[in-house]
Amino acid sequence: MKYSGRFGQFGGFYVPEVLIPALEEMEKAFYQYYRDKKFTAELDTLYRDYAGRPTPLYLATRFSELVGFKVYIKREDLLHGGAHKVNNCLGQGLLAKYMGKTKLIAETGAGQHGLATSMIGALFGMQTKIFMGSIDIERQSVNVHKMKLCGAEIVSVTGGTCTLKDAINEALRYWTSNVADTFYLFGTACGPHPYPTIVKHFQSCIGIEARAQCLEKIGRLPDIVTACVGGGSNAIGIFSAFLDDKNVKLIGIEPAGKGLKTGRHAAPLAAGTVGILHGTKMYLMQDKYGQILDTESISAGLDYPGVGPEHCLLKDTKRAQYFAVEDRDVLDVFDIFTKCEGILPALESTHALAWVYSQKDKMPADTIVVVNLSGRGDKDVDIVERNRNPAPSKHSS
Amino acid sequence: MKTYKQTFAELKRAALIPFFVIGDPDFDTSLEIIKAAIDAGADILELGIPFSDPIADGPVIQKADIRALAAGMDIEKAKDFIAKIKSYRDIPIGLLMYYNLIFQYGIEKFFADFAKAGVNSVLVADLSIDDVDEIYTPARKAGLDTVFMVTPNTETDRAKKIASKCTGFIYTVSLLGVTGGRETLSDMVKPLIAKLKSITDVPVCVGFGVSKPQHAVELAKAGADGVIIGSRIVKIIEDNLSDKKSIPAKVSEFLADVKKQLG
Repeated sequence: MKYSGRFGQFGGFYVPEVLIPALEEMEKAFYQYYRDKKFTAELDTLYRDYAGRPTPLYLATRFSELVGFKVYIKREDLLHGGAHKVNNCLGQGLLAKYMGKTKLIAETGAGQHGLATSMIGALFGMQTKIFMGSIDIERQSVNVHKMKLCGAEIVSVTGGTCTLKDAINEALRYWTSNVADTFYLFGTACGPHPYPTIVKHFQSCIGIEARAQCLEKIGRLPDIVTACVGGGSNAIGIFSAFLDDKNVKLIGIEPAGKGLKTGRHAAPLAAGTVGILHGTKMYLMQDKYGQILDTESISAGLDYPGVGPEHCLLKDTKRAQYFAVEDRDVLDVFDIFTKCEGILPALESTHALAWVYSQKDKMPADTIVVVNLSGRGDKDVDIVERNRNPAPSKHSS
Repeated sequence: MKTYKQTFAELKRAALIPFFVIGDPDFDTSLEIIKAAIDAGADILELGIPFSDPIADGPVIQKADIRALAAGMDIEKAKDFIAKIKSYRDIPIGLLMYYNLIFQYGIEKFFADFAKAGVNSVLVADLSIDDVDEIYTPARKAGLDTVFMVTPNTETDRAKKIASKCTGFIYTVSLLGVTGGRETLSDMVKPLIAKLKSITDVPVCVGFGVSKPQHAVELAKAGADGVIIGSRIVKIIEDNLSDKKSIPAKVSEFLADVKKQLG
């Protein structure tokens, strides 16, 4: 490997020997092509004509009135596929094509990354296999159906907690046996080097656009940029353009599930300790022996015990702050925001909105907050219905 | 304490190295199984400390990890377990495990404590030669041998570098993939053994997919200094959970057969 893939003490590539050549090949290809004229021109065209970039920066007028300061929404939910995941999938998919790979594999939690990979598999004519936890398959059945329509094969993973973590385990195992012709299209800015760097690069378009749009529309940079954090790809994508703007606060929001105190959450930055899983050193939800703990979040896309290594460093250096919001607040704000704006936010992205809502009337009216609305919530309509916070009722049951 | 060096020097044939997950299916049964394996002629033991997310392992060993964890195995008990085996017989023990468990325990303390318990080496499945510095010095300081993996897709220069860091033996992965029984040996393994033999004098032990006595014989003929059999044996445990008392004898029978055919 040419680079160590470290972000301070975090990151690295802690993988079995058999995967090293594949990661080396990927690192080499990435650095060969990511600034290559032909590659970037092709990717830019795909971003524009296939995915629908640039996405708008929208002033959420009624929601702003409600909270008492200005909230701008980066509309990644408008992208093809309904989430920011397509940015990374087009980038990595194109890389796979340039590398001469013919097969794609990917893990997925909410199904957004699985869907985006399936779309790109169809687009490039590559055989695609998606690893998904059996519980996630159940709670995100619409996306499963869409993936199949794109021609992907869905592998149901029943190990462990049957969620994203286990899907990654199984995808890694499969890759071990099929390293020669298979490209593992990793979905988030986590996992072994070079993935955190590659994913950040292909998601950095979010931040580059948002920053330019702020200067153009508002005439200044925002005070706060916020995004939800599971593995952390949409957050690092938007944060990356603002890292040197010291007056812009960067705030990542983790899923507190049923509450940090209950242990039933997926917020390693808020409540985890440093450890090693899936090839990277990061904050991790684990017991004192280092066994990985079960996680819980209403949003399948954030239901993961670890978090991207660069976020870990940003937390330690205090360049970014991380907070966590609970499922019930997410559900409330899902309703509030949708009724205000007529935009259904993905439950993942709703975490960032819920934090914004928690700041209602606490910040000056001229405060400008940019929220990365990383995905749309159509996929979550059923789950919101099933988990709706109970309204006070006259009847007891 | 018996070393790898003494063991390989004394043996006139390939070493028989069974793998078990410590505490599978429970502490006491696991101990009885491993004692039976020793009595059946195991030359070295390869033992795993169970981990919740074993990415290098196929379904059989994954299930063993889950069984052991569910039965309450943890790293402290694993240490006692190893000491119990060592007091039964002075046999070399290599650990095969995942890095996070070591990292949480404290790297230096882990090697020191487990050396004291009687371990000869610790192979970390998810730590490659690129990060050798994180464990090499602590391991050597504790008096342990080092073992790293070579796989069929490891380039020759890299294999040389790995060999130079292995003081115990080279864990040679026979195939591209995870652990698990296979019907036939991978066609990659014999060229790999030949390559390693041409570049190093460090003993070459072969694991992953070694499932039949005939496989062991073939590997020995190809020059392997040891054969590591894991999933095939762990499957015996899995298949006899309803009658745990019968497991030691069944494991013993299988290993005795392999031993006999190895000559």
